Amino acid sequence: MPTATEPKTTDLKTLTRDMRVDIIRMIEAAGSGHPGGSLSIIDILAVLYYKHLKHDPKNTTWPDRDRVILSKGHACPALYTVMAYTGYFPKEQLLTLRKLGSPLQGHPDRMRLPGIEASTGSLGVGLSMGIGMALAAKADKKDFRTYVLLGDGEVQEGQVWEAFMAAPKFGLDNLTVILDHNNGQIDGPVDQIMPIDSMTDKLAAFHWDIQSIDGHDLTQIDKALAKAKTVKGKPQFIAAKTIKGKGVSFMENNIAWHGNAPKKEDADKAVAEIMKNG
Amino acid sequence: MGKATRAAFGDAIMELADAHPEIVVLDADLSKSTMTQPFMKKYPARHYEFGIAEQNMIGAGAGLALCGKIPFVTSFACFLIGRLETIRICAAYNQTNIKLVGTHAGIGIGEDGTSQMALEDLGAMRSLPHMTVLQPADANETKQAVAWAVAHKGAVYLRLTRQNMEDVHGPDYKFQIGKADVIWEPASKPKHYQATIFASGGPVPEAMKAAKDLEGRGFMARVVNACSLSPFDDEAVVKFSKDSDRIVTVEDHNIVGGLGTAVCEAAAARACAVPVVKIGVRDFGESASPEQLYDKYGLSAPHIVEACLRNLN
Ligand SMILES: Cc1ncc(C[n+]2csc(CCOP(=O)(O)OP(=O)(O)O)c2C)c(N)n1
Repeated sequence: MPTATEPKTTDLKTLTRDMRVDIIRMIEAAGSGHPGGSLSIIDILAVLYYKHLKHDPKNTTWPDRDRVILSKGHACPALYTVMAYTGYFPKEQLLTLRKLGSPLQGHPDRMRLPGIEASTGSLGVGLSMGIGMALAAKADKKDFRTYVLLGDGEVQEGQVWEAFMAAPKFGLDNLTVILDHNNGQIDGPVDQIMPIDSMTDKLAAFHWDIQSIDGHDLTQIDKALAKAKTVKGKPQFIAAKTIKGKGVSFMENNIAWHGNAPKKEDADKAVAEIMKNG
Repeated sequence: MGKATRAAFGDAIMELADAHPEIVVLDADLSKSTMTQPFMKKYPARHYEFGIAEQNMIGAGAGLALCGKIPFVTSFACFLIGRLETIRICAAYNQTNIKLVGTHAGIGIGEDGTSQMALEDLGAMRSLPHMTVLQPADANETKQAVAWAVAHKGAVYLRLTRQNMEDVHGPDYKFQIGKADVIWEPASKPKHYQATIFASGGPVPEAMKAAKDLEGRGFMARVVNACSLSPFDDEAVVKFSKDSDRIVTVEDHNIVGGLGTAVCEAAAARACAVPVVKIGVRDFGESASPEQLYDKYGLSAPHIVEACLRNLN
């Protein structure tokens, strides 16, 4: 079975540091994009792609590969970075983000970038597609898993709750949802704009398997993803407590950096800080 | 360069708010983009934040309207039209006095790319009974269209730009529902035109550039601005078909269902003996700068010039 290289957790720490730098640089080069929500999910994506995903970056149509859907599509700079690091395309291509003709669209586009399983960007649609993939795996008796990443503002969409109801009904134990719970959206903090708490209580009441973790602790992410694979009969919900803009002090929990590209000066400052603390 | 029409909308509701205490504003986590923040700050009790939950917001807007409020329900145009069933029932079928404001229309938004680009909204909205559909071209027209919407009892859809727009109307301009207006003619006011260009929304400044370029080369073209897409000014099509060799339509919308379709419907129904050359988006768009996309997807001035001159045989 083809898998990507499996680094130790200590190496992953260095890798996620470098990935943060790439996220900052690619958004700076694009002149637009979403640093906050990208920095909050990069640790989760790194552990998922390096340690758990059954995939082959050189064979993106392999029928038995695990599926990943970035339902909060605006955070694609993080996804593109992890994909480049794991060998889907050369790292240099990251700097073409959002440029004319680039496969690295402003939101993930499966028709332009091999390895993207579902085009997203309109919030709320990803989990339903993930349910469809998980249903297909069951129907065809295949053992691939489907992972869906949701934003905590995104779960305000009604369609997400239709999906939350459906997945347990179909017994989709091959489906794992990871909630990027950073309490930020655009107009303000999630708990003021439209409160969603407590998600774990709600999802438990919907008959999901529940885990709560620190979404920047690589070991906790690793363990949670490992445990999710052992659950039988239920879809799994991992609530990952995260920090929007994680790793760059002036971006952390600062809504101004939801959808703003850093200019050179801020980008340099951010990179210096990431390297110093990383 | 003048303002984005979304910015003019934000100004308009501020100017109308005191005279019309029934005006309320609903947002879905995009108030910075739909330009409703000044309203929210000045009139917090008349502003409702629904979070990322557009269909609930639209339904609640209808309920507010049914109890006498004048709700302005705002989001990106693509996220409003994504809730077509809710709009069909809560706005059109119930004939509520709801004002749907869709900003960031078309490929003119640029780098954010396909998922954020409303390109099919005019087709869907125009097909709804009891829905007025307006796409103003500049700040002056936007403000008057908003004032008209407040005075009008019924559902209205306003389609607005992210990008800044040139001021194409003079200070004396008077908005009239259902009327297209000539915004540019050659200085010589010819009796006969090679083309009448109907334009709406984002590419209106490109249509003006094209007409000026054509005049410089000795070809006569006028530009007609079509803000009112439903009801549509069929008479303008009849009138200009008589003195023009062709009609060219330009819009930042799918080639199906919007301005071009409205012009063709009028021309066919009234047996106008004029060819119609439609310019619009034929795919989903993509990420790039707005200028690059207008060029690539054929909405920029050189493409409009070419459509006016192209041999149609
Ligand atoms: C249906 C829909 N409505 C609105 C938007 C605009 N939008 C893009 S990102 C965002 C906030 C997302 O918040 P969250 O899901 O918490 O993501 P994060 O804060 O982690 O970036 C909004 C409202 C959208 N993309 N889709």
